[in-house]
Amino acid sequence: MKLLEKLRHREPPSGEVAQERLRLILAHDRASISPGLLEVLKDEIIAVISRHIPIDPEGVQVTFTEGPRVHRLVADIPLRSRPRGWRE
Amino acid sequence: MMGARVVTITSGKGGVGKTTVTANLSVALAMRGQRVVAIDADIGLRNLDVMLGLENRIVYDLVDVVEGRCRLRQALVRDKRLENLFLLPAAQTRDKSAVRIEDMVRVCEELRESFDFLLIDSPAGIEHGFRTALAPADEVLIVTNPEVAAVRDADRVIGLLEAEGKGPARLIINRLKPDLVRRGDMLDTAAVIELLAIDLIGIIPEDEAVITAANTGRPVAFSDNSLAGREFHNIARRLLGEEVPFAPLKEPGFLERLFRRILE
Repeated sequence: MKLLEKLRHREPPSGEVAQERLRLILAHDRASISPGLLEVLKDEIIAVISRHIPIDPEGVQVTFTEGPRVHRLVADIPLRSRPRGWRE
Repeated sequence: MMGARVVTITSGKGGVGKTTVTANLSVALAMRGQRVVAIDADIGLRNLDVMLGLENRIVYDLVDVVEGRCRLRQALVRDKRLENLFLLPAAQTRDKSAVRIEDMVRVCEELRESFDFLLIDSPAGIEHGFRTALAPADEVLIVTNPEVAAVRDADRVIGLLEAEGKGPARLIINRLKPDLVRRGDMLDTAAVIELLAIDLIGIIPEDEAVITAANTGRPVAFSDNSLAGREFHNIARRLLGEEVPFAPLKEPGFLERLFRRILE
């Protein structure tokens, strides 16, 4: 179904859009964290982490994921490259 | 707790059908032999009287009771069609602060002894009027529409109820359009339930009969011949503890009807 939609370049039905929007809106409302605050968090996280590890600031994403009534803050921070002498 | 169950109907957002739901559940429960008082807690913007077609018979209102101008019994308007259905009207010319939380609790305590159900129609919003309507509640019904703004406000109300230890709240999805759901252009019931993480007690389809009922002041629950009316009775039965399966959310399409006919 998804593939077919992509092939036809069709927009997802508006009910699905509503569902996705609500998912985000409710996550923000429940945590009392606005998208603006998320941006602030992101900038500060970038500042702190890059003091210690080289990261790709463009690729950093700070988002909410939520299960039923539980939400978590997820920071996805891509490293720029492996620093020399990095040990697995 | 003795006597009546106090059920508050609320929504957060205005215009989703709280008053329609309150009027119809009051009628449906009364038709099932329950002694019911429908209480309009929307002080200053009363409408439950109009929905029930009782607007011409109001002498006293809730504020008159609270301020001691009449006895509680005198303010109850008996329905002319169902002798065990009563309305406690809101004042039209006062503001919401005229009824304090403790006033509402006291009025409900007094009514509890003589009735089976007190259904409180909450005003929209989450301020004083909402808190007043909520204070005496044993149970809460949240009305929403399958749309982003209404679901968002319902979620806010659910959060407030949890914080206050009120509940368990149950959800009524009002004005669902099966055609739009089938096309994918309306949130479906499963999506709303999943987002709100709350129990469902009823789904009311969009139905023109609700509009004509509001015109004439005779709620659809009085008769059996509208979809919405039947669903209000299903909610009343669920409130009374009956297991009533949820009707198929989608009307069968042409092919499905054909297949079924062949299979039968």
